[in-house]
Amino acid sequence: METMISIKPLLAVLVSLLVTPILVSSRAPNVREAWTFVAAAAKFLIVLSMLPTILKGTEIVYTVAEFLPGAAIKFRVDALGMLFALVSSSLWIITSAYSIGYMRGLKEHSQTRYFVFFAFALSATVGVAFSANLLTMYLFYEMLSLATYPLVTHHQDPEARSSGRKYLLYIVGTSIGLALPAMLISYNLAGTLEFGRQGFLAGTASKPLIGLLLFMFLFGFAKAAIMPFHSWLPAAMVAPTPVSALLHAVAVVKVGVFSVVRVLTGVFGTDLLFSLDFGPVILFVASATILVGSFIALSQDGLKRLLAYSTIAQLSYIVLGVGLLSPKGITGGMVHIAMHAFGKITLFFCAGAIFVATGKKNISDMVGIGRRMPVTMAAFFIASLSIIGMPPCGGFVSKWYLVLGTLEAHQMPILFVLLFSSLLNAAYFMPIVYKAFFCRPEEAMFENTVQEAPPFCVVPLVITAVISVILLFYPQPFFRLASMMVQKITGT
Amino acid sequence: MGDLIQMVVAKYNYWIYITLMMIGLYAMIAKNNLVKKIVGMNIFQTAIILFYVSTGAKRGATIPILEHGHGGHGAGAHMVHAADYINPLPHVLMLTAIVVSVATLGVALALAIRVYNRYDTLEEDEILAQIREK
Amino acid sequence: MSQQYPALLVIVPLLSALVISAAGWINKRLCFPIAVAALGVAAYSSIGLLLRVLDEGAIVYRLGGWDPPMGIAYYVDHLNGLVLTVVSVVAFLNLIASKKSIELELGDKTAPFYALYVLQVTGLLGIVATGDAFNLYVLLEITALSGYAMLAMGKDRAQLSTLNYLYMGTIGACFYLLGVGYLYIVTGSLNMVDIANLLPPLYESKAVLGAFIICLVGVWVKMAFFPLHAWLPNAYTHGPSAASSLIAPLVTKVMIYVMIRLILTVFTPEFAFNILAISKPIVWLAVVAIFMGAILALSERNLKKMLTYIIVAEVGYMVGGAWLGNRAGMTGAILHIVNDALMTLCAFLVVSNIAYKLKGYAFDDLKGLVRKMPFTMGAFVVAALSIIGVPPTCGFFSKWYLISGAIQAGQYAFMVALLFSSLVNVVLFFRVIEICYYEPFADDGGHGHGPPSEPMAEAPLTMLVPLFIVAAGLVLVGIYTGDIVNKIIEFAIPQGIV
Repeated sequence: METMISIKPLLAVLVSLLVTPILVSSRAPNVREAWTFVAAAAKFLIVLSMLPTILKGTEIVYTVAEFLPGAAIKFRVDALGMLFALVSSSLWIITSAYSIGYMRGLKEHSQTRYFVFFAFALSATVGVAFSANLLTMYLFYEMLSLATYPLVTHHQDPEARSSGRKYLLYIVGTSIGLALPAMLISYNLAGTLEFGRQGFLAGTASKPLIGLLLFMFLFGFAKAAIMPFHSWLPAAMVAPTPVSALLHAVAVVKVGVFSVVRVLTGVFGTDLLFSLDFGPVILFVASATILVGSFIALSQDGLKRLLAYSTIAQLSYIVLGVGLLSPKGITGGMVHIAMHAFGKITLFFCAGAIFVATGKKNISDMVGIGRRMPVTMAAFFIASLSIIGMPPCGGFVSKWYLVLGTLEAHQMPILFVLLFSSLLNAAYFMPIVYKAFFCRPEEAMFENTVQEAPPFCVVPLVITAVISVILLFYPQPFFRLASMMVQKITGT
Repeated sequence: MGDLIQMVVAKYNYWIYITLMMIGLYAMIAKNNLVKKIVGMNIFQTAIILFYVSTGAKRGATIPILEHGHGGHGAGAHMVHAADYINPLPHVLMLTAIVVSVATLGVALALAIRVYNRYDTLEEDEILAQIREK
Repeated sequence: MSQQYPALLVIVPLLSALVISAAGWINKRLCFPIAVAALGVAAYSSIGLLLRVLDEGAIVYRLGGWDPPMGIAYYVDHLNGLVLTVVSVVAFLNLIASKKSIELELGDKTAPFYALYVLQVTGLLGIVATGDAFNLYVLLEITALSGYAMLAMGKDRAQLSTLNYLYMGTIGACFYLLGVGYLYIVTGSLNMVDIANLLPPLYESKAVLGAFIICLVGVWVKMAFFPLHAWLPNAYTHGPSAASSLIAPLVTKVMIYVMIRLILTVFTPEFAFNILAISKPIVWLAVVAIFMGAILALSERNLKKMLTYIIVAEVGYMVGGAWLGNRAGMTGAILHIVNDALMTLCAFLVVSNIAYKLKGYAFDDLKGLVRKMPFTMGAFVVAALSIIGVPPTCGFFSKWYLISGAIQAGQYAFMVALLFSSLVNVVLFFRVIEICYYEPFADDGGHGHGPPSEPMAEAPLTMLVPLFIVAAGLVLVGIYTGDIVNKIIEFAIPQGIV
């Protein structure tokens, strides 16, 4: 594995931070929005420019400051990090476009603060993606928590305040109370925090201690919304929809689950987990989250809350994939990071578009909305297919590999979990689509005229829905990156 | 028993300073009146000063002043037998400490006057009652 | 000239204090420039000293050319070079930031205040630089007396609180003096290094044990180590803003330095950790101090008082860290001296700004502050992050060492206390940030379609620029922790500690 030293990872992280002064000082909204696009495009291009190198098998490294041996603020771009960074930076561009339509459509206040902290949050996300060791990852993880707090509590009403408190309590509480001591204990055991090919904890401690560390890391990164530390996610739905869309479908929760994946592969290593028989533990926790999350989603009336519980379940697919400890399973889990991102963001965009156009938040109020907003609901349909895992959408690829992974790992119960949860997904998505399009004329709550949300809202969701479809037929580069990562881990 | 008395008598300077210190400490903690507290503080400090000075004393020694007025030439000075003179260093140190103690006393009394002007009383419990009322 | 830095450090501010006092009679406006010049010289000298120490190793400076043990020697090594730099830079920045605040709060007492300010800095620098145990007592009292006088210039309950501080402070200093007396009796010397050479054959004697314990308790009173802390919250809260922001970051930290100096140099670690078996109980005491500081802070509805209880908890960190007995813990304690001075300065400067613009700093007064004073609140957030311990601010790194030290020493209670304190700090600070962030919306309770038209009423530039420098410093010191530890603190701790 050759490595190359380049300052590009640092630039990718910093580019959105550097834009902040301009955003703050500009009076004209159009200038501000234009600069957001410039920053988003720049970030995406820098990330993209590193892709060829990664695909060739070289990793890019850059050290900012060495603090202790083995604990530095250091970047390392490898296949997994590149996958995640591509997903988040590409989606930032689209979300910025969507934000403009949404925020202007609703004449929201404090838009400058919104865009500034959005930029911070993306900086932190790319920082997590490119972290070379636990310390750097922890640093950017915390930065993300703090950067997203003003976004979650944007509306500044009492509901936002209590949700903000819950958000902080769960996320910062677990990261300081569980992840931080786990990190320090690991450092004291192993003398390093660098993510290794097969982790760095092998042979350093007894089984109970490793088990304790596993528990602390799994639940310490509560952004992964593994139950029981999941309640912050539905509460955070009080945020404006573009915030919910990017942050909770892509950045925040993906950072959480990415961190968990990194810890499982880079700190513990699949061999260690296999030899200590911890795979089933992870599978149990993930399956519980999947099933319970899906069941709760069934009972939700608020569209965004339903999507939140669906996200909770979907995230645990990724953890499940890695927990299978088999090459196909891990590949499936990693690819799902990308597939779920594009699918979920489309769904959130639709929910937001519906709110902008009609002011409706509850599913029971959305009967017959297909006639009024056919494009939006069509995109919703496609995206939900992706989440359920059916062709012709990208989600099928990741589901397929997860199923193959369960067979490879001889975990039959997990196969059942996967199939049953897909059924549940269908059970809560399909009625929405059905009711939107096919209903008796008396039931329809909307007139028959087509009146979509503003174009800035509709175009992004169409784009992401189309990408979801394309990803089935051409899942590159995500699939290639995931396979490369699995190859590196398992040495196959 | 004989041992105990011997110990007390031999180290009587320690016992005296400890007693004085405890009296001072007691006054600072238990007394209500601010001026009495300040008096206690002074007793406390004085105890320590006495202790230092007492450690410089030697049996049968005289005050540490050399009589020959030659002002300290190296060659002409006689050999000085240290055991004949009490140790002047603790005295020197304690001069400083006394100055510090007096300065502290001054500041404390000034503060007490300000407190009195504001609350019209020097009793701590009455002052606290007044503060709680506000 | 650079040979004279140790003397300049102390003498220039000392003489300037007198000059300021006199100049104040002539014209009040002369005081500030003289004070700035004096502290500038002190800061320059201490940085110069630190650089010299990094090159040459420990420096011994004999005042007046008299040799120890009769003469007084100033002894500057890596440990106090670092602390000297921190003290003088903090005092300098605070002076510049407090100019407007002093004029506002003290009126015609500005001249005496500046004199006392510079005098206190003299005392602090002297305590850190000196190598003579009795000289330390003298400077301790100089610091204390000028501190009492400054704090008493506040309003309201200031005089009473200061009087209580005076009692406790005097007890502490006198205990220290007593301990030095015992040391003098057994060794006949007052020079710290000399005592350290003379003590080893006497380690088993009760007098040495007594000396150590008495000195330790005296220093604990002075640094407000729980349960000897009761004087601190009231004294620091009611003093004038400029006095609080000088004393709060520095005085307790310098006392921690004195304790570490006693452990490392005078009574060597061999004695303190191995022969005396009090390390574990002291770490437990520190655990209690941290818990109590955190819990007491939670119950406060006044921002400044809340910060003072956080200081009590921070003192617990440092005492516990020093007494863990291993290198990581001691590194954490020394690093935390630097970091805590900076973060406390940042927090208190924020409070200063708030006091300058608003009437008070009870929580109810702080509504909507983010909109009115965004820059000040920005710095407050950085200070809060550092106190909580979020990377890359410096607070995270000292917590790292402290927790690592706790793990290595097997003192898991200390680790739990540190984590608990971090979590409580999250609650404490976000409570404040919430109040500042959520303004009472007059009409629209829901979406907030229009920004409330509160004009921005920020503090003046002379108060903001030093605040920014300190806030930036918090992040920079954090990033450069590796350098600070490897080049300075590594050499401050004797090789024997593992």
